[in-house]
Amino acid sequence: MTAELIHRLHFAFTITFHYLFPQLTMGLALLIVVLKSVALKTGSEQWDRAARFWGRIFGINFVFGVVTGIPMEFEFGTNWARFSQLSGGVIGQPLAMEGVFSFFLESAFLGLFLYGEKRISKLMHWFSAVMVFVGSWISGFFIIVTDAWMQHPVAYDRLPNGQFEVLSFWHLLLNPWGLHQYAHNMTGAVVTGSFVMGAVGAFYLLEGRMVDYARIFLKVGVIAGLVASVLIIFPTGDLHGKYVARNQPAAMAGMEGLFKTEDGAGMVLIGQPNEETGQIDNPIVVNDALSFLIYGTTKAEVKGLDQIPRDQWPTALPLLFYAYHIMAGLGTWFVLLMIVSAFLLWRQRLYQSRWVLWALLLSFPLPYIANTAGWMTAELGRQPWLIYGLMRTNEGYSNTVSASNGLFTLLGFMGLYSLLGLLFTVLIYREISNGPEPKVIPAKAANAK
Amino acid sequence: MMGFIWFWLVAVMIVGYVVLDGFDLGVGVLHLFLVRTEAERRATLASIGPVWDGNEVWLLAGGGTLYFAFPLLYASAFSGFYLPLMIVLWLLILRGVSLELRNHIEVGVWRALLDGVFGLSSALLTIFFGAALANVLRGVPLQADGYFFLPLWTNWQPGPHPGILDWYTVIGGLLALVALTLHGALWLSIKTSGELAQRTRGIVNPLWLLLAVLTVVSLVATIAVRPASLNNYFNFPVTFLVPVGVIASLAGIWLLNRKAQPVKAFLSSCFYLFFMLAGACWGLYPTLLPATTGTDRDITLSRAISGPHTLAVGLVWWGFGMALAIGYVVFVYSKFRGKVDLHAGGH
Ligand code: HDD
Ligand code: HEM
Ligand code: HEM
Repeated sequence: MTAELIHRLHFAFTITFHYLFPQLTMGLALLIVVLKSVALKTGSEQWDRAARFWGRIFGINFVFGVVTGIPMEFEFGTNWARFSQLSGGVIGQPLAMEGVFSFFLESAFLGLFLYGEKRISKLMHWFSAVMVFVGSWISGFFIIVTDAWMQHPVAYDRLPNGQFEVLSFWHLLLNPWGLHQYAHNMTGAVVTGSFVMGAVGAFYLLEGRMVDYARIFLKVGVIAGLVASVLIIFPTGDLHGKYVARNQPAAMAGMEGLFKTEDGAGMVLIGQPNEETGQIDNPIVVNDALSFLIYGTTKAEVKGLDQIPRDQWPTALPLLFYAYHIMAGLGTWFVLLMIVSAFLLWRQRLYQSRWVLWALLLSFPLPYIANTAGWMTAELGRQPWLIYGLMRTNEGYSNTVSASNGLFTLLGFMGLYSLLGLLFTVLIYREISNGPEPKVIPAKAANAK
Repeated sequence: MMGFIWFWLVAVMIVGYVVLDGFDLGVGVLHLFLVRTEAERRATLASIGPVWDGNEVWLLAGGGTLYFAFPLLYASAFSGFYLPLMIVLWLLILRGVSLELRNHIEVGVWRALLDGVFGLSSALLTIFFGAALANVLRGVPLQADGYFFLPLWTNWQPGPHPGILDWYTVIGGLLALVALTLHGALWLSIKTSGELAQRTRGIVNPLWLLLAVLTVVSLVATIAVRPASLNNYFNFPVTFLVPVGVIASLAGIWLLNRKAQPVKAFLSSCFYLFFMLAGACWGLYPTLLPATTGTDRDITLSRAISGPHTLAVGLVWWGFGMALAIGYVVFVYSKFRGKVDLHAGGH
């Protein structure tokens, strides 16, 4: 294996694992604010306990997000040194801002939220929850701005030594690519948060315990889930797709498996791209749909891979195609499931509908898959570029770090992360089976920090 | 001018990290051998529970600041120190997870395991950080393009082709271990009471003696390994106040601890760390990473610095953001002021 491939896998593996945690952090942070707000408004102890329960889950999840995030901050330097040397002046900026503006905020108020409830007023506790939410969403923003600049570089200049330099701070932060991506990605995080909350509610109801809490979780989960599932397709996914089609035609052609430029391009629902023959094998196609989705008319021309030089085709074409279709396919399922659940909730039949509860329970892993697939789409679609149109991926990795050193640490991360994954599962399962009711064991009280 | 400012801003972030996360690491080391009962262990861990994550952010924000202000240094150092950095990352992961999760686990064996992992990873982290700093002071075998790759060790000599570990960097590692353990002990004696506090105060003196010896040894060794470290001091003799500050704060720790003034003794230790690090940075300035392969290959400030507009933009948000951040830090510490109370807070 070449050093380039190892460094790519190294980054891909660690970031994919990292992103399993922040998506729940960001989604739950919003839902916890909802729970706390209802509790504050109605004075209901039950909603407060519900918020505390999710706070505990949030806390555990947060720890894993933090410890897996730290390597990310370093890997730009360790694994992508030549890239960092040239682009540090630009993307080092939002990365450092993430630390300065959001991690301090988040960690400070999370400490208060989790450990300080008895030391501060109710209003202050609610405020801490809000600040944790704000912190995590700012964090998401800066990191997306970083990624967006690699996808769609704006507001830069080049110094004589080849380094990129920021020309306009605000254009960097308000990169239109980043705004589309942010809206879509954060909605994706809310999908994860609400599906997880709904699934825990469904789990309790199916088991027939913690019934009162289960209803709260289902109510919040299903309503937020419906809103987010709709928003993620329309307008956020739709807009993002249009923007990609205009600015990264190669990525869009790869995502859709469009080998030939067509007027009135069709949309492939299912099929297998075949790079050799330049065709989709076994396709099911909706005629003209792609032209319509991108340009709003059924006749518009959509650029296919034939108009793109072969050395600028996305490098992992089938993977890109499947990742995109998995994301969009799951998105459709989310809307269907949430419409049915919300309808039943409204007719007050959801809590008895065992089939739907089962479906909600079993669907909780799917948003994780959709979010991961979405990122794979974005990152594979960008290939072979590291900075779109400006720097190729094979010009960016650390060439002083050999493939075998890279492989060694990649294996190290795989081992360590398997352990972390196991630990996470055990701990979360334990929290869920303990449930939101406070346990009155003396040892447990002393346990609190 | 921009270079000067950003050099010291990065230095401030490093000092902030060492002073703050330093006591977390020190408490981690101490809890390996100082505590006797489960209650004491909880008190020890509770003294850092709500703050360690925020403290660690100084490392991240510092890394980010380094990345955009001096991209070449970030790229060269991080890829060149690839192996030890990856080990540091693994240790940071192990420390964070073991500290946070022990209280979620009720089985004694697992707890004991996590406690051990927490203590050992803290100890190794202090050693690695000290050795890392020593590597920077000693210099690395830079190639003409500004890159290098260091093996973990070669012949243990700080010559032109050193490894990460040689006798000089090992001294740096030990110095950091002792200094931060002492720092942690002083923190713990503020935050705890009763027998544990007594025992903690007892351990301060032996650690202090060790630290005093290592401080002198490391100063001498640094001058021996890189005589140029003294240039700035001779050019600006007032700056000899920095080593004076080191001695004064070191003496302060001893005296204030004897007078049972833990808060002041801890502050004194903060000053000690500050003067040591500031002194080291001043010894380097304006070099960022010296080359053992000839001074013409040094990574200097002017070679590594980002573009002027980037830095001007950075100064605005950085100043604003850090002012906010310091606000939160003060706020959180004030909320968790005083001795740890095992029955309040949490849920
Ligand atoms: C719950 C998760 C989820 C769901 C159901 C969807 N997406 Fe998505 N999508 C993401 C989560 C996501 C993501 C993880 O958030 C990505 C990766 C990068 C990004 O900013 O958002 C993303 C990226 C992404 C991209 C950008 C690819 C690139 O940058 O090259 C497009 C065009 C779409 N999505 C379009 C859609 C459409 C049309 C969907 C409708 C069915 C859809 N997504 C459902
Ligand atoms: C916003 C922050 C992110 C940044 C700055 C970023 C940057 C990068 C970089 C530098 C690479 C390596 C170079 C390359 O192969 O192109 C990469 C690859 C990759 N990233 Fe991201 N990434 C981000 C977020 C994510 C997330 C959240 C995921 C997944 C959940 C992800 C998935 C991947 C994958 C799968 C690859 C490998 C692509 C390949 O090898 O072709 N990325 N990304
Ligand atoms: C290369 C890309 C990335 C880097 C360098 C990075 C870095 C980090 C770091 C260092 C932390 C720990 C912060 C702490 O100590 O409090 C963290 C946590 C976090 N990251 Fe990332 N991250 C990356 C990708 C992402 C992406 C793509 C998102 C979301 C869009 C994200 C959102 C978050 C959030 C919300 C947290 C808070 C803790 C948690 O959720 O568990 N990060 N990240």
